[in-house]
Amino acid sequence: MKPRHRRLIFIVIGLGAVAVTAGLVLNAFKNNLVFFFSPSQVVAHEAPVGKEFRIGGLVKKGSLKREGDGLTVHFVVTDTADNLNVTYKGILPDLFSEGTGVVAQGRLKNGVFYADQVLAKHDSKYMPPEAAAAINEAKSKEINKRASTTLMPDTSAGGETL
Amino acid sequence: MIPEIGHFALMLALCLTLVQGTLPIIGAQRNIPNWIALAKPVAQGQFVFIGLAFFSLMYAFVAHDYSVLYVAEHSNSDLPLPYRMAAVWGGHEGSLLLWAFILSIWMLAVTLFSRRLPADMVARVLGVMGLVSMGFLLFMLTTSDPFERLIPAAVDGQDLNPLLQDPGLTMHPPMLYMGYVGFSVAFSFAIAALLSGKLDAAWARWSRPWTTVAWMFLTVGIAAGSWWSYYELGWGGWWFWDPVENASFMPWLMGTALLHSLAVTEKRGSFKSWTVLLAIFAFSLSLLGTFLVRSGVLTSVHAFATDPRRGLFILAFLVVVVGGSLILYAIRAPKVGLGGRFQLVSKETLLLCNNVLFVVAAGSVLLGTLYPLVLDAMGLGKLSVGPPYFDFVFAILMAPMVFLMGLGPIARWKKASLPDLAVRLRWAFVISVVTALVVPFIMGRWSPLTSLGLLLAFWLITTIFYNLWSKIKRNPDAPWRELARLPRSYYAMQVAHLGVAVFVIGVTMVKSYEVEEDRSMAVGDTAVVKGYTFRFDGVVDRKGPNYTAREGFIHVSDKNGDEVTILHPEKRIYEEQANPTTEASIYPGLFRDIYASLGEPLDNGGWSVRIYYKPFVRWIWFGCFIMAFGGLLALTDRRYRFAIRQQPAVGEATDGSRDAPKGAPSLAMESKH
Repeated sequence: MKPRHRRLIFIVIGLGAVAVTAGLVLNAFKNNLVFFFSPSQVVAHEAPVGKEFRIGGLVKKGSLKREGDGLTVHFVVTDTADNLNVTYKGILPDLFSEGTGVVAQGRLKNGVFYADQVLAKHDSKYMPPEAAAAINEAKSKEINKRASTTLMPDTSAGGETL
Repeated sequence: MIPEIGHFALMLALCLTLVQGTLPIIGAQRNIPNWIALAKPVAQGQFVFIGLAFFSLMYAFVAHDYSVLYVAEHSNSDLPLPYRMAAVWGGHEGSLLLWAFILSIWMLAVTLFSRRLPADMVARVLGVMGLVSMGFLLFMLTTSDPFERLIPAAVDGQDLNPLLQDPGLTMHPPMLYMGYVGFSVAFSFAIAALLSGKLDAAWARWSRPWTTVAWMFLTVGIAAGSWWSYYELGWGGWWFWDPVENASFMPWLMGTALLHSLAVTEKRGSFKSWTVLLAIFAFSLSLLGTFLVRSGVLTSVHAFATDPRRGLFILAFLVVVVGGSLILYAIRAPKVGLGGRFQLVSKETLLLCNNVLFVVAAGSVLLGTLYPLVLDAMGLGKLSVGPPYFDFVFAILMAPMVFLMGLGPIARWKKASLPDLAVRLRWAFVISVVTALVVPFIMGRWSPLTSLGLLLAFWLITTIFYNLWSKIKRNPDAPWRELARLPRSYYAMQVAHLGVAVFVIGVTMVKSYEVEEDRSMAVGDTAVVKGYTFRFDGVVDRKGPNYTAREGFIHVSDKNGDEVTILHPEKRIYEEQANPTTEASIYPGLFRDIYASLGEPLDNGGWSVRIYYKPFVRWIWFGCFIMAFGGLLALTDRRYRFAIRQQPAVGEATDGSRDAPKGAPSLAMESKH
């Protein structure tokens, strides 16, 4: 084999390796994107079934219940418009409490969100940005809804919502 | 009064950067000796003024001056003195001041340790650093003044974030910043070389020790941060692929590529323009890291700022630095020339592979870190990139990397032979395969990844020892003399690579054999984890200087019922901020850590408790410290003291390349090709 051919083979192998690596990296990237949904979106069936995703909002006051084993907890996450029941087994983070913002990652099953990770922020001063966004969105929808009902009282009678 | 002095000192420092960033560079381009001579004294003046500002702020913390807004926000009269001093960098403004102060320390170091460099080169380097400093001082004075007064003064401060009140974290930011900012020296050398048009081996030699020091600090800083998150956050994890961690990891990856590329440029004159590009990228990623952590785009323990002006300023600064240097590179780099030629199978090629893998790794981390931010900024939805992505990327990139790491030090410069390498390393391979299969058997559980990790680690170790042995073999009668003759930089490399092996063992073992259990335990309950019996003996209240704690007692005994230790995990409430924090209690060991932390109190008077068994977890940080120690060894290599004295590219033929194969032409000749 001539040196030139050898070099060519090496270059082809090198480029092939780079292409395969890039493909694998991008594939892994695509598979590990975790999307975020607000409780309203989950209630409206926008969230995927059987795939992991994140939810965020406020822990509804008075909703935290602990099972007899001391580790399984149930609570309700709300964006003020809609509620979502969440179940989690494990120890909650330090800054988790009722009435504050929370983000959880897990799967939806029969209308209940089974979280395998609950994230509260490191600092009590800040609301998790996702949770804040979910609440703002729900509130602005609420305002729009009110505006549309006051402007067009007839449509609301038909039971149609936005 | 003192804060005003500090503020004024910052302004004076800014004025000095106006001189430092312009006259020495122009002087060097036009050969005006008086302007060139300005560089050193002006840089030293900057150090004095920024230092004055830094210690003024520290004084305000120590003296409880709550009329300074920043102090009122980050300190408290009950805060112990060491934490009051460390609170200087506990928030956004102070960390910027720390950044600027460390930059001025680096400038001072350049003025002190560059007596053997040509004056015009030093002038250019300090000029570029002056421009960087100008950017940061402007940023501080316009958007984030740490000396802003609070009128009327607060009665008491809001206290430092409790998570930051920890010995590990007091040292983490300074170390990290020494690394980040240290890459500004490598960057400045690269820009200076582009400006002068003299991109030669001498430039690489000057730049190399600075890069090594910065890399060393960054390594230690990242390891310290990882160690901190392990014991302070109470989850027992040591790396989360959190954007804040990624922000520090990307410059490290690029800096590691830069170190290796500089070695080629110095020894063989090749890869010159590539090395320059890596220096630019390493520093740009440091700036990006500062931007990510400091601008509030990420909300996390590190993101103190929420003011968008700051983000815009750093972004603009980033664009100027990256854009400016890339334009300069585009203009100058085509003139650089190729340097020494090499065959396809050679040490150069292996180092090129190292570079490609590191750059791809950094690029993948960048993708995973920035993609959610970009998408969010454009209003296209909120998402996050899961840690499995990063784990996967690192597994497929680092496996070939570590494999090639075994070959690199043994392969010859210029031309190596694959069959020859295969023959020489056959036993190393056999030993590592056998070990990789036997160890999981002893541990009782096997998985392909466990074996792969161990295979790579032992491959690295055996090739290192093979390499040493092959040096001894040259003169079997006097092995010690042979070993003593090897240059310090050779040992530095081997030690750093050994650190990687130790790190890989730690990661593999902890990922394969760790046990994490959450239990709910009433007083007197026991739990058995990995042969250890944990008995929960209840909780007592305890008072600290600025917090109250509930301290748990967990009695740990081994299989024979003998006491191993009593763990004291705590739940603390800091009075001022009312945040609960978890203090894990760890019984450390070289081969395993026993880890317990308190969850929440339960209705029956018991607690939920985390109990972890972490085999070999310390090896992760030991590995990092060994790598950093390798960097330290490299600095003491005599060639840095010896060769720089002899002006550019003359001394190289006689010195330094003893670990290069015999018969390699000297660099001085090579670079003429």
